[in-house]
Amino acid sequence: MSDPSGERLAVRKTYKLFIGGAFPRSESGRSYVVTDTHGNFLANAALASRKDARDAVVAARAAVKPWSKAPAYNRGQILYRVAEMLEGRRAQFVTEVLDAEGVSSSEAARLVDAAIDRWVWYAGWADKYAQALGSSNPVAGPYFDFSTPEPTGVVAVLAPQSSSLLGLVSVVAPVIVSGNAAVVVASEQQPLPAITLSEVLATSDLPAGVVNLLTGLTAEIAPWLASHLDVNAIDLTGAPLELWPELERAASDNVKRVLRPTETEAEWSADPGLRRISTFVETKTVWHPIGV
Amino acid sequence: MGKLFDYAPAPESRAIVNIGASYGLFINGEFVDPVDGEPFKTVNPASEEVLAEVSAAGPQDVDRAVTAARRAFDTTWSRMPGRERAKYLFRIARIIQERARELAVLESLDNGKPIKESRDVDLPLVAAHFFYYAGWADKLKYSGYGETPLGVAGQVIPWNFPLLMLAWKIAPALACGNTVVLKPAETTPLTALAFAEICQQAELPPGVVNILTGAGETGRALVEHSGIDKIAFTGSTEVGKAIAKSVAGTRKRLTLELGGKAANIVFDDAPIDQAIEGIVGGIFFNQGHVCCAGSRLLVQESVADDVLERLRRRMSTLRLGDPLDKNTDVGAINSAAQLQKIRELSQIGEDEGAERWSAACEIPDRGFWYPPTVFTGVTQAHRIAREEIFGPVLSVLTFRTPDEAVEKANNTPYGLSAGVWTDKGSRILSMANRLRAGVVWANTFNKFDPTSPFGGYKESGFGREGGRHGLEGYLR
Repeated sequence: MSDPSGERLAVRKTYKLFIGGAFPRSESGRSYVVTDTHGNFLANAALASRKDARDAVVAARAAVKPWSKAPAYNRGQILYRVAEMLEGRRAQFVTEVLDAEGVSSSEAARLVDAAIDRWVWYAGWADKYAQALGSSNPVAGPYFDFSTPEPTGVVAVLAPQSSSLLGLVSVVAPVIVSGNAAVVVASEQQPLPAITLSEVLATSDLPAGVVNLLTGLTAEIAPWLASHLDVNAIDLTGAPLELWPELERAASDNVKRVLRPTETEAEWSADPGLRRISTFVETKTVWHPIGV
Repeated sequence: MGKLFDYAPAPESRAIVNIGASYGLFINGEFVDPVDGEPFKTVNPASEEVLAEVSAAGPQDVDRAVTAARRAFDTTWSRMPGRERAKYLFRIARIIQERARELAVLESLDNGKPIKESRDVDLPLVAAHFFYYAGWADKLKYSGYGETPLGVAGQVIPWNFPLLMLAWKIAPALACGNTVVLKPAETTPLTALAFAEICQQAELPPGVVNILTGAGETGRALVEHSGIDKIAFTGSTEVGKAIAKSVAGTRKRLTLELGGKAANIVFDDAPIDQAIEGIVGGIFFNQGHVCCAGSRLLVQESVADDVLERLRRRMSTLRLGDPLDKNTDVGAINSAAQLQKIRELSQIGEDEGAERWSAACEIPDRGFWYPPTVFTGVTQAHRIAREEIFGPVLSVLTFRTPDEAVEKANNTPYGLSAGVWTDKGSRILSMANRLRAGVVWANTFNKFDPTSPFGGYKESGFGREGGRHGLEGYLR
């Protein structure tokens, strides 16, 4: 049955959180209006609460062990699978990035392509970063001595505020490629591509809880993550600069690893380098005597 | 158990060391009097004799040192070709080797550690550390961390390995082209001041290395100074957290090497005699004043009685006494304050129901001493199983399965080091994978090398010292 006018009424999507592989609404029951850059209504997104953040940390902690123990080859395959799933929904993401960022459609397409390629790039790092960051150490004695990087654990990620998809992928992929689990706070004003990305993650064989995504007010959620004692590290990339000192102070209570924000948002199209992987790994050195 | 052997005294002569009556601060290549600092005394912890009077740098002194370091960075050190910086560091390494005996005696006098440790462990490692990083100075482009130095590094080090911690801080910083302002610990300033003389002998350009003696206030002034670009700190987790708070919201880079509560895990198939040596070395080396000390012994239940009996017997042969005696195994506790802390936590161990056993040994009349001590019947809830005692006190817990050992070993906010003793190779590798600690010693313990990255997980800090990894904290 169609409308007498001949136009079909679109079925809208409810944008929810992504926690432990499921898509719950905020436990607080709150939502907030998301608009495009012209102020037109796009959706009501979930306004995540402190409790949602804590639930996300619990889900992330449970995911650390299976994900970090998965063979590097397997993690690489799954990250590549994310790229495949993203490619299949390319047109949808171009529309969402266009709405969110107000860029031209050709620029939106370029950003989506770059985001897809970034997953591929990091997929390849899964079984290589340990060789780039690790070492065999020629100690002055009869010992076999080597150093390997290991995931630090649960990483809170404040996603960039401007680059809704490419920036998001550029901060999430390097955190999880090594075996960390992430609690991500999406761009406050442009959260919709992030939520749609979580639908991609949910269908890419990524274990539940490896990426958890919260939408809402960065300034409301971030302090709970910065002070959470079961979070090992925090990426402050998307932190408002006036909030940075307070968040870094809170993070020191359990000696979190902190990636500080920059004065202006990064140029996400540039070569990412290894720093975003290396910041969220720990170097473990193992000694054993050599003898008979 | 009585004495197994008698030993005649074999004291190392202290005539090789010439300690001045008083010392100023080492700023811009010269020893200068403090502007707003106060003098304080450093004592020999084995005799409580005053060794020298040194100066606590005040805020203006800190400012002078940072200014000198900045000037040296801008005008000479960061511009100098890496191969020339390398040669200065090689020179320093050689002078340390030439003066090794003198420095070892001075270290034992000021710190209280046995001469056989300062002579055979500290000093060789100090020289090796400078030698290792000297070679990096003109090879930074191969490091993977860039080639650009950060600027002026403020470095604060502890009293347990005074000269070795200085080497861990200064060698990589200088190799990368940074200049430094270093504050040695309040109770052990003398070898750092001797190092200042070595910088003069090496004709290191003025201001590249500045040494400010002092206590916590001097450290705070240094850490909070707006003119430094990087802070490297080794010390307690409590102070480390305070430093992390103070640099929050600034562009100062930070590396922290903090406390530990390492598990030393002994399985029933371990080579027991070697494990006993590893347990003893793990906790009684340097009087247990070691952040990576194996202070929690986790022993598999089936061999616990045997291990403990052999451990007590071995502990009874440890010789406590004059740090300058070449036969001494256990020297003096570094300070009255540290001795007090060890006594308090040990008393708490007894009060909470753990059973205490100390090796019978004669405690000298003067100085600060604590006998090698082991607590049995310790649970994970006991404070002596959770808190860093930083003394010759071992807490023993038991386990039945590898899973239980991992669970107990990782049940701590710290994550600096761990030990595993077993004959089974696959078990070593599985345990090494599962232990959340920055250094895992398998069938050995407390081994260090300039090529080998060292540093913690979790609340034991971040950043690595040693090896290629040790360059990361000094480059951008």
